[in-house]
Amino acid sequence: MIAGTYAPKPGAAPLPRMIAAQAALETKMLLRNGEQLLLTVVIPTLLLVLFSAVDIVSVPTKTAGGEGKAVDFLTPGILALAVMSTAFTGQAIATGFERRYGVLKRLGASPLPRWGLMAAKTLSVLVTEVLQIALLTAIAFALGWSPHGNPLAVLLLLVLGTAAFSGLGLLMAGTLKAEATLAAANLVFLLLLVGGGVIVPLDKFPGGVEAALGLLPISALSDGLRDVLQDGASMPWGDLGILAVWAVLGLGAAARFFRWE
Amino acid sequence: MGNESVVQAVGLVKRYGTKTAVDGLDLEVRAGAVTAVLGPNGAGKTTTIETCEGYRRPDAGEIRVLGLDPVRQAAALRPRIGVMLQSGGVYSGARADEMLRHVAKLHAHPLDVDALIERLGLDSCGRTTYRRLSGGQQQRLALAMAVVGRPELVFLDEPTAGLDPQARRATWSLVRDLRRDGVSVILTTHHMDEAEELADDVAIIDAGKVIARGTPEELCRGGAENTLRFTGRPGLDVASLLKALPPDSAAAELTPGAYRVSGTVDPQLLATVTSWCAQHGVMPDRISVERHTLEDVFLELTGKELRG
Repeated sequence: MIAGTYAPKPGAAPLPRMIAAQAALETKMLLRNGEQLLLTVVIPTLLLVLFSAVDIVSVPTKTAGGEGKAVDFLTPGILALAVMSTAFTGQAIATGFERRYGVLKRLGASPLPRWGLMAAKTLSVLVTEVLQIALLTAIAFALGWSPHGNPLAVLLLLVLGTAAFSGLGLLMAGTLKAEATLAAANLVFLLLLVGGGVIVPLDKFPGGVEAALGLLPISALSDGLRDVLQDGASMPWGDLGILAVWAVLGLGAAARFFRWE
Repeated sequence: MGNESVVQAVGLVKRYGTKTAVDGLDLEVRAGAVTAVLGPNGAGKTTTIETCEGYRRPDAGEIRVLGLDPVRQAAALRPRIGVMLQSGGVYSGARADEMLRHVAKLHAHPLDVDALIERLGLDSCGRTTYRRLSGGQQQRLALAMAVVGRPELVFLDEPTAGLDPQARRATWSLVRDLRRDGVSVILTTHHMDEAEELADDVAIIDAGKVIARGTPEELCRGGAENTLRFTGRPGLDVASLLKALPPDSAAAELTPGAYRVSGTVDPQLLATVTSWCAQHGVMPDRISVERHTLEDVFLELTGKELRG
């Protein structure tokens, strides 16, 4: 190389360009990772198809528009599961290993500010969710889904649910060892899949247990989405309130306790 | 540029729990120079570098990097420095070129990524993801990431650890080009030859303090004297040889026929010894000059081997 090639010419790229580049890379890493795709795409899709087609668990099928199908009960729950798989499980595992392998540390010395890195992660989660929701709703429509209610309420539920799960996922990734995060995030995913009103209606549990489970973010999200999409509710304030509390607690604790190395 | 310093640290202290990693360290690093921070494992090299990079907040003391506080003015400092961590720093599922292009995108005027990839032989990584790259390839990628943003000051933490000789020379050659183009470089190493080969200045660290500093020549001169040895027939007149030599020299016959001259061993002294031999009809067999190395300096200063 000729003399002068390395002559200093430092400078940060414009902030929007840095965040866009970071979000694009994070999304690419996620879509390239087989285990992540299993969690975010394969499992929700299989559950939606399997439980709609085969009467494994009896579910309430009455909708705002009269008698519906199992898919009308299942789709809101599966959408909630998709949000959890990306914002919580996937993000926790990916971020945990980025922390372990010094990726967060190295990016911390780059011109991208830490809040910019977090913004990029959020953007990447949102892009992934849009792809998931597009796929899952297309499948649901093919299975005869007929949604109701206020789209704005659905959007608000999805955004608050994403905030709540992101906070909890980042709290886990930023405080536990990567292997512990991997194990715990998968275990929580499995437990909440069963006990969070995703495919099994909460009223199948005993009364006290049902009330406690109803306070979980996954239950609030799947119940809220079901209130709107199946039952035509205009704004499920109770579930939105529960998600908002989880979001504030989760993001607050993550901001306080997250360790970058 | 010549008189400016890019790092000024005074009385730096950093503790981890009860362990003091850096213990009142003073360091000044010249702009435009290659400075080697030399010391055994656990001496505090990485903690010192990471304090400069803004990763560690010192428990006491003052530090300025490019005139900035590395923690409180991190946003202003980060675009101007290049950082190579001792290990890691790359997404395990990313390809080498992908990661390098990404870091380039975070900077306003990055280097030509393709040229840098070719220069460091990273084109051989192909589509392999980071976790499957060899240790040497991972090291070279980390080096490329440190320089791609065209920084003023580059920190390299053990840049050649675990590299084969060829990759090591490629790294050295890049460091020399950085220096030629006016980039200041600070590197840590526990290889003496690396410091001797590359560094304009050396700071020797032990137990969290700088115990010696200077150019490699100054450090080598400052310690024990250099030595010249030769063999000839036994019983030469050492007193006569000594008279021919400069006053600060010494000469001795160690075992019959094995002679040692110590002092300031320069071309003049060598010429004096050979002409004395010629006058006395002596063929100085196996004549050799033993230069005092940084390794010796280190051993004298600390009583420890660098790589124990």
